[in-house]
Amino acid sequence: MDRYLLLLSYGPEGWGDELVQGALITIGLAIATLPFGLALGLLVALAARSPSRMSKRVATVYTTVFRGVPELLTLYIVYYGMQMGLQRLWRAIGFPGSFEMNSFVAGMIALGLVLAAFSSEVWVGALNAIPRGQREGAAALGLSKGQTFRLVILPQLLRVALPGLGNNWMVLLKETSLVSTIALADLMFVANRANVVTKEPFLFFGVASGIYMLFSLVSTGVLDQLEARANRGYRTRA
Amino acid sequence: MSLTDILGLFLNLDVLERYGWRMLNGLGVTIELVAISVPLGLVLGFGLALARMSGKPVLSPLVRGYSSFFRGTPLLCQLFLVYYGAGQIREPLEAVGLWGFFREAFFCAAFTFTLNTAAYQGEILRGAIQSLPRGQKEAAAALGLGWYRTMRHVIMPQAMAVALRPLGNELILMIKASSIASLVTVFDLMGATRFAFARTFDLQVYLYAAVMYLVLVETIRRVWDVFERRLTRHLTHA
Repeated sequence: MDRYLLLLSYGPEGWGDELVQGALITIGLAIATLPFGLALGLLVALAARSPSRMSKRVATVYTTVFRGVPELLTLYIVYYGMQMGLQRLWRAIGFPGSFEMNSFVAGMIALGLVLAAFSSEVWVGALNAIPRGQREGAAALGLSKGQTFRLVILPQLLRVALPGLGNNWMVLLKETSLVSTIALADLMFVANRANVVTKEPFLFFGVASGIYMLFSLVSTGVLDQLEARANRGYRTRA
Repeated sequence: MSLTDILGLFLNLDVLERYGWRMLNGLGVTIELVAISVPLGLVLGFGLALARMSGKPVLSPLVRGYSSFFRGTPLLCQLFLVYYGAGQIREPLEAVGLWGFFREAFFCAAFTFTLNTAAYQGEILRGAIQSLPRGQKEAAAALGLGWYRTMRHVIMPQAMAVALRPLGNELILMIKASSIASLVTVFDLMGATRFAFARTFDLQVYLYAAVMYLVLVETIRRVWDVFERRLTRHLTHA
């Protein structure tokens, strides 16, 4: 028991501080990915619903590809692809030496692309759920297209989309563990390294699981709050 | 110019020639992994759903915990827990004759995937069964049907129609998630591709793998659609 406490302590013998650091990177990556992925997802959703056949097709291809290819593979393609591409660019501009792709950025881009594909489905569903009359009413008031979207559609959209986006967030939180394979020192990476050094897989993967569970539980709580807040105008009278 | 010359403009045929078979082999391993874990997970998940709905004081919360653990932590973490954890408890495993099973990375992966997908499929089945109106069960009881016959002839045929689509999505998610097995030395499609990339540093191999995954996933999705339309043909289609 003492040995376990020592292993989990802060300081040179223990992995406590590294684990906390890793957990912060995990949550940081998920939060950094969220706005990019959701915004891109909304764009894809708008493209899917636009009257132009071309943008519709682009949206279909986008969602098909990023929903069908394993996240791990997407991550590798983004990481190594950008590494190689930027390396070439680096040389072409005339800089000496080599270019190192930042694995946090690669993870953010790859997970964001995937999140966009999955969240676009949620956005499309939410857009469909908004009655035609809302747009017609806005047009009757003389609001421009941009104003209609920003002032009339978007506030209602968030309420309807929230449960689905909440699911996307939970999936994203767990998917961040994949970036440990491109050497980003997230929670999973630290647990894995601690396992290699100490040969205590149950302890470290158990603790990592516990932290992921904690994140999931906290997220559920926050999402419930957000949903309650978003629905405050719709409260049914007892 | 011969056909191979023309193809050679777009594809690196040398890489394909050298690693193509290995990758096809890997695709076979991927399919095997999924074909083992998803059906077993369905059976286990059905048991979990029944146990959860039984409302028994110990059993029901236990299943709840199981399901939130497997759905709240990354699959990668679960796989490492089983794979590296099995090594730590080698002696007890040897004593009960299970070491031969857990020594193989492939079986560790199949085992973890089964437990994981069982949690998800259990929740899908539970949701589907609980979505049916109470009256179905009451009518069956009034007809004097026993528990088994109620389930077999009244509840499950209707519940499966509801569960079919989410179960299909889960199958596709498992195909993609199975790529994680490559991180514990299983040579599935992802594993074979990683091998080829490590040898050649040719990004194209990842793109070939992406196409193979896409074809597999899209095929299953289309087949599943046909399947679903046929099984729900008694319900009205708009």
